[in-house]
Amino acid sequence: MWRDALLVAGKDLRLEWRSRVALNQVVPFAMLVLIVFAFALDPDRGVLERATPGLYWVAVLFSGLLALQRSFTIEAVDGNRDSLRLSGLDPAGIFLGKAMAVGVQLLVLEVLLGIGVALLYTTQFRGWALLVATVVVATAGIAAAGTLYGVLAAGLRVRETLLPLLLLPVLAPVLIGSTRAFEAALADAPADGWPWIGLLAVFAVLYTVAGVLGFGPLLEES
Amino acid sequence: MTTHSSATGGRTVPAAPSPAAPTSTGSPATRLLGIASLVGVAVLVALGLWLTPDDVVQGDAVRILYIHVPSATMAYTGCFLTTLGSAIFLWKRSKWWELVAYASAELAAVFTAVTLATGMLWGRPTWGVFWVWDARLTSTAMLFLLLLGYLAVRRLPADYTVRAKRAAIVGLLLFPNVLIVRQSVEWWRTLHQEASLFNNGLGATIEGLMLFGLFFGFVVFGLIFAWLLIHRFRLAWLEEKVAGQGLHAAIAERRAEAGLDPAPPPTPAPSRPGAPTDQTRA
Repeated sequence: MWRDALLVAGKDLRLEWRSRVALNQVVPFAMLVLIVFAFALDPDRGVLERATPGLYWVAVLFSGLLALQRSFTIEAVDGNRDSLRLSGLDPAGIFLGKAMAVGVQLLVLEVLLGIGVALLYTTQFRGWALLVATVVVATAGIAAAGTLYGVLAAGLRVRETLLPLLLLPVLAPVLIGSTRAFEAALADAPADGWPWIGLLAVFAVLYTVAGVLGFGPLLEES
Repeated sequence: MTTHSSATGGRTVPAAPSPAAPTSTGSPATRLLGIASLVGVAVLVALGLWLTPDDVVQGDAVRILYIHVPSATMAYTGCFLTTLGSAIFLWKRSKWWELVAYASAELAAVFTAVTLATGMLWGRPTWGVFWVWDARLTSTAMLFLLLLGYLAVRRLPADYTVRAKRAAIVGLLLFPNVLIVRQSVEWWRTLHQEASLFNNGLGATIEGLMLFGLFFGFVVFGLIFAWLLIHRFRLAWLEEKVAGQGLHAAIAERRAEAGLDPAPPPTPAPSRPGAPTDQTRA
């Protein structure tokens, strides 16, 4: 299972690295979201700095949606879905591999967005341990849930509109948890943040298990 | 068998489907259930609007409680049935349970909408605003959106097998999602403010005729839920049957147009070059 996962993840990441779509489109979009927030809010009175945790994670979710759409668009062409199914790879491995590839892209995106908010919103980062833990666990949750719902929407004519509708309500706990944990870290009160990590971890584990079990039946049909 | 000369795509119902084809989704039992629910609604209206007393604190606004709380309960019941039905469908491949899941998801969405609407109407005179970011309100709104997501998948323009399986996975995750979202929203709000507004407002002080009214509301809404669920289930069952028969009917029609013998529709004869038979897929 893990060998298959690494194969699929490697394939997806190589594809992204060579096509540069994530780099040339998703990353600029994420930066654009940060700038749009500045237009929408008052940039001079410290509103952006105070709202950094929420804005940061909303930016992650929106640009993460693009990365997820992309992850399943590359499987849609040339009957890739069928060849993936016929390849003899373990479906659980395919799920984990795609989730890992999405997770790696999200991590890169999150680092860049972190630099972005530090520069543009003059946010001072504190409580690094909590920040890093939040990023890792929340990313695992987003990648697992996103991959599961991504394959549900994949291969349909309405996938672009369906995925956000399905995924954003499901990811609400991740948004709440990661935002609160970030707030706690930035306010130098990490003790308030760790319970949220627990919630995020439960979410990530639940969706990873659901994906490992449910991916086989989903790949079989259509 | 009638042959329509104007070739129409899609929903052509065959002239003679089967001898036992139902003409309505009603049956003696559901008619009885329907009458019972309607009488119950009338009694509940009388109870809620006239017979029960005003609340000491909330005045007349409390009367919306008799439909608000039962509809919220029915929303959660429907949601649970959706997850149950989806699970059994995935496990046993039971189409019956799949349709139960679909029908109860639709009802759950309706009852959630009723809950939200009545809650907002209650909030306006009580809190002065239609909406506060209370844990219950927020999680009910999220429940509504999750249900819409399920229904969107279930109504996809795709084959029944594709729709049913994908919707079943969404449905299976529906109830766990509702629980997680509820929990996280509750933590989210309770870290900022004290306990939910309901805990110190209602609940403990309710008694007498008001309590009976609320209890009666549960019974009536339970009846309505069962009544609508049975009808919606039968309708969904018939819809799937028609969708299956539409193709046969269209093939028979095209064969008749091409001057072929329309008699044996069930045997999948190799299609002739002159008769396009594959156009029913919308």
